[in-house]
Amino acid sequence: MKARVDITLKNGVLDPQGKAIQHALGSLGFDGVDGVRQGKVIELDLAETDKSKAEATLKDMCEKLLANTVIEDYKIEVL
Amino acid sequence: MKSAVIVFPGSNCDRDLAVGLERASGKPSQMVWHKEASLPEGLDVVAIPGGFSFGDYLRCGAIAARMPIMKAVVDFANKGGHVIGVCNGFQVLIESGLLPGALMRNAGLKFACKDVELVTATTNSAYTSELQKGGRITVPIAHHDGNYIADPELLAKLQGEDRVAFRYLDNPNGSVDNIAGVLSANRRVLGMMPHPERLNDPALGGNDGAKIFESLVASLSVPA
Repeated sequence: MKARVDITLKNGVLDPQGKAIQHALGSLGFDGVDGVRQGKVIELDLAETDKSKAEATLKDMCEKLLANTVIEDYKIEVL
Repeated sequence: MKSAVIVFPGSNCDRDLAVGLERASGKPSQMVWHKEASLPEGLDVVAIPGGFSFGDYLRCGAIAARMPIMKAVVDFANKGGHVIGVCNGFQVLIESGLLPGALMRNAGLKFACKDVELVTATTNSAYTSELQKGGRITVPIAHHDGNYIADPELLAKLQGEDRVAFRYLDNPNGSVDNIAGVLSANRRVLGMMPHPERLNDPALGGNDGAKIFESLVASLSVPA
C-alpha cells in the first residue's frame, strides 16, 4: 500500500525559503504571487493492507519522526 | 568531572568538544558511538557535538535524536544529569524533546560562519556560573539552521524562568529575542548554537569558550 505524507509549516511560522522563492518568482516576472510556503513530500511503500491501520501507523510515524509538530503540520494520504 | 561526548555519523566537533572538556576538567572525555544503548557509569556531563549528523536529512538533528544512545541521554537528563548540546547538538536536543522551541533556517538563508559576541543572560546554571551576567564573550558560530523559534507563550516562559542562557549582541540568524542558548526547566540541559569548543585556545584567537567548560567543572566537581 502506497502512502503520501505532506509536511508544511504551520500558519504563522515564518518561512524564509518560501519568501526567497516568492522573491525569485517576482524577478522572473511572475507578478501577483501573494505568498509561497515550502514544504516536503514523503512517499512510503507499506506492507500493511488495512487502510485504517496504515493511517494509524502513519500518524504515529508523523508524530514521532516525520514532522516536527512544534512548527509543522502534516497531511496523510493512503493511495 | 566525568564527561562523555556522543558521536554520530557526520559529527565534526566531537573531538574539539572532548578537548574542551578535558582541558577544563583534567580528565579525558569518553567518546560514545550513537549505536550504544547505554552511557558509561558515573557520568556528570554528556555533550552532544556540532556537525551534520546524518547529513541533516529530514530535519537537522531529527535522525540523530532517534538513535539508541539518545534514549539513554534523555533518561540521564530526566534523572538530573547535565547535558550540553552545541550547534547540531542543540538541534538534536530540541528534536529529542529535552529543550523546547525549534531551530529553523537562518532568516538571511545564508550559512553563517563568523565570530559573534554573546551576552550572558543568566549566571544561574552550571554552564554560566563563572561568567558575568550581562558580560560579553566571543564565540564562533557556524550554522545554516540556527534561527530559534518560540511562540509567545514559550518565549514568556523562558524569559520568566530566566532560562535564556545567552543572547547574540548582533543577531546573525533571526532568532527570536536574539536567543543563542536556552536552558531546560531544571537548568541542567543547555543548548546553544555558538561553538565554545572552537575558541578554546589563545593560539586559535581566543579562549572565551573555555569559560563555559570551566564553569561546568567549578559547578560539578565535588571538592576533595
